[in-house]
Amino acid sequence: MSKFRKKKNDEQAAINTASLPDIVFMLLFFFMVATVMRDNTLMVDNKLPAADQIQKLDKKDRVIYIYAGKPSDRYESKYGDQARIQLNDKFSVVSDVGAYVLAERATKREELQNVLTTALKVDGETNMGLISDIKQELRKVNALKINYTTRVGDYTQNR
Amino acid sequence: MARKSPEVNAGSMADIAFLLLIFFLVTTTIETDSGINRKLPPMEDVIDPPVIKQRNIFTVVVNKNNMILVEEKLMDLSDVRKAAVKFLDNGGGLGEEACDYCKGERDRSSSDNPDKAIISLKNDRETDYKVYISVQNELVAAYNELRDREFLSLYPNERMSFVEADKKYSDPRTSLKAKAALKPKLSVLKKMYPQKLSEAEPSKNI
Repeated sequence: MSKFRKKKNDEQAAINTASLPDIVFMLLFFFMVATVMRDNTLMVDNKLPAADQIQKLDKKDRVIYIYAGKPSDRYESKYGDQARIQLNDKFSVVSDVGAYVLAERATKREELQNVLTTALKVDGETNMGLISDIKQELRKVNALKINYTTRVGDYTQNR
Repeated sequence: MARKSPEVNAGSMADIAFLLLIFFLVTTTIETDSGINRKLPPMEDVIDPPVIKQRNIFTVVVNKNNMILVEEKLMDLSDVRKAAVKFLDNGGGLGEEACDYCKGERDRSSSDNPDKAIISLKNDRETDYKVYISVQNELVAAYNELRDREFLSLYPNERMSFVEADKKYSDPRTSLKAKAALKPKLSVLKKMYPQKLSEAEPSKNI
């Protein structure tokens, strides 16, 4: 009978922390799933102009991004200080835009291919000539829905 | 009796998990982009361009020195919105082309009605992008101002402006029923003040 008798324990039992890793792992998995990592490293200056008559952009999977602006300090010696286009992770010229948009469109799901928006993330100091060239290229590949991505703010901040 | 295998010390597991957790907390960006939506005209050339009366066109030109010329007169950016509203809301048409909801001056030398009124935005190749966006913003604001006004007077029960209603409509959290109720109201307003904003191809020098 003495086998079943509980051992007398005088000191107070420590709090059981065995489930702590489980809780933390649960949080961890939540953040891992919810995280969208920045998939593009910016190689151009990208201070967006401010506007207040704006609409939210569609879901991320329906958007093709095109960046433009002056090359950042790191790349200035190599690429000069004229505004350039960045597609994915490399500098590009205007004639690449059409092929890039078509390639991006092909990677999207079929039902989304007709509702894609092209987001132009262009630095405020860029000349309109470059943007007009991009727009012409987009018209050629029939990517007509565009979005001039801006910051939220009053137009007086643009001076 | 089988030998008891030594227990692995799991005390540091929480630490490792915390480390990972903090990493993901820091790298997570919950950001939504926003901006001005535009639709480009299709590439095919219009064979027979419609004739548009000069009084129905509101020309805005931004030249290479970032100066704004509205109807060939120099104008400050802060006045553009008011001028555009005045032009769109003029309602100078007679008979069939009359506009019964316009509250403008009904000037015969300005636009006939909001459906006919076209804003033409031209820019130089050397115009700054931020100035161009500011002008676009002001022109869109003019449309929104008029739509807000009419939305409030047509549907006072909604207790919101057109812009708020449009935002609610495009919000994925809004129920389908609410969306279906909003849609006809929004399209009525879009028909009253259609956004006819033409972006001409830039000229070399203005």
